[in-house]
Amino acid sequence: MRKTKNLLFLLLAFIVAATGLAGCSSSSADSTESGGSEVSANGTARTLEEIKESGNITIGVFSDKKPFGYVDENGDYQGYDIYFGNRIAEDLGVEVEYVTVDAASRVEYLETAKVDIILANFTVTEERAEKVDFALPYMKVSLGVVSPDHAIITDVEELNGKTLIVAKGTTADIYFTENHPEIELLKFDQYSDAYGALLDGRGDSFSTDNTEVLAWAIENGGYTVGIDTLGDLDTIAPAVQKGNTELLDWLNAEIKTLGEEQFFHKNFEETLAPAYGDAAVADNIVVEGGVVEE
Amino acid sequence: MQDLGISILFQGRNFVRLLEGLWVTINISLISVSISILLGIILGMVMTIKNPVITIFTKFYLEFVRVMPQLVLLFLVYFGLTRAFNINLSGELSSIIVFSLWGTAEMGDLVRGALISIPKHQYESGMSLGLTKLQVYQYVIIPQTVRRLLPLALNLVTRMIKTTSLIVLIGVVEVVKVGQQIIESSRLTDPNASLWIYGTIFFLYFLICYPLSLLATRLERKWKN
Repeated sequence: MRKTKNLLFLLLAFIVAATGLAGCSSSSADSTESGGSEVSANGTARTLEEIKESGNITIGVFSDKKPFGYVDENGDYQGYDIYFGNRIAEDLGVEVEYVTVDAASRVEYLETAKVDIILANFTVTEERAEKVDFALPYMKVSLGVVSPDHAIITDVEELNGKTLIVAKGTTADIYFTENHPEIELLKFDQYSDAYGALLDGRGDSFSTDNTEVLAWAIENGGYTVGIDTLGDLDTIAPAVQKGNTELLDWLNAEIKTLGEEQFFHKNFEETLAPAYGDAAVADNIVVEGGVVEE
Repeated sequence: MQDLGISILFQGRNFVRLLEGLWVTINISLISVSISILLGIILGMVMTIKNPVITIFTKFYLEFVRVMPQLVLLFLVYFGLTRAFNINLSGELSSIIVFSLWGTAEMGDLVRGALISIPKHQYESGMSLGLTKLQVYQYVIIPQTVRRLLPLALNLVTRMIKTTSLIVLIGVVEVVKVGQQIIESSRLTDPNASLWIYGTIFFLYFLICYPLSLLATRLERKWKN
């Protein structure tokens, strides 16, 4: 009888302790935050004024897509998108809070006002533009396909009967689903898992933005970007919730101003050049002042 | 000696970050489990009431939670509540709500099962000894119910801890996501990073879940008769 009472007492103590711990706990590391602290209390995006008043801007980024958005060994966000995000916050005079997003739910994060801006390598498409408002572009890309050296894919036709790895909700996913339904796609939620699958040989090749596969092939010996330009030339731009014109106008003005000081070339040198080496030229990737020069 | 890749764990704050991620996992699990135990006990007792309205309601709740994948529930709460009712919840809070809803349903069913498994003559014997209804529950029913319930409840706790890995998909950076971040940031320097990182995550989950599983097995064996 006493044992049972002790057990019940222990159970009660566990519940009280757990609830107490939960109340006291707070996330310490930059990379272990999921947002929600300074975002809108409802589904409506915050205006520019509200962001300034709160002293905090929430930006949705990738945390596993080096060299564009990733978390370093010290738990700090780094990369091309982060470099830009830091500057946005600096020019707004606010603190920045990065929220980790995955490719498939970027639109959802904006539509439900979980973040103020998405800077997660977001390719501008007509379909997405119906749901979110894109600012001026800061990068240009097309699709690329990376494959192992012993079986390089140099043409889309060679993918017939083979498995192509893609990240869910990316431009590559949409492009191959619409234009090449005969190609078998192996889809992953996380970029790190998609690359892991390629390294493990679970697919014959992997497709995403050519800038990304180019950087990855340089970092990983034994892999080559056999198709470096596929589909149309696309642009990458910041996105805000549909109808948030005040923030959109500010972003457009900011991108134009940054263009005057060649900000994105500096960004390239700081974040992308170490990853690409001589394999990429800034002018082939960077867009200054929102003006795309083909 | 060749570097086998384990050094990745000790670069910068990598190992500390994994532990911080683990704390997020444990924290969400602990709160969800606590709420589930409290509400589950109440629900289980309610489920034993022979009332058609209560039976229909509890059965619907139980089946709805069981049929619906946790990931769908997570998206419904995290994104759906904002869309439908303009209620913007953080990823952590959404996770706690979902796992509490799921845990309460499962726990309630376990409590109901434990209560109805007590033979009717146990109640009658207690009453015939002159015990009040409260005393019958306190000295006869609850001790037996706890014995039947605890091992099953502990197994549910381990299931809940493991299932929290889904919260990565609503932006909560827990131990699995931290692992993915470490793997990604060290692609060039450590090609074997994924083996060590996922291996460490496996070990961390094992450290938490195995003692609970062991305790459940021991209690089951001890209280079998």
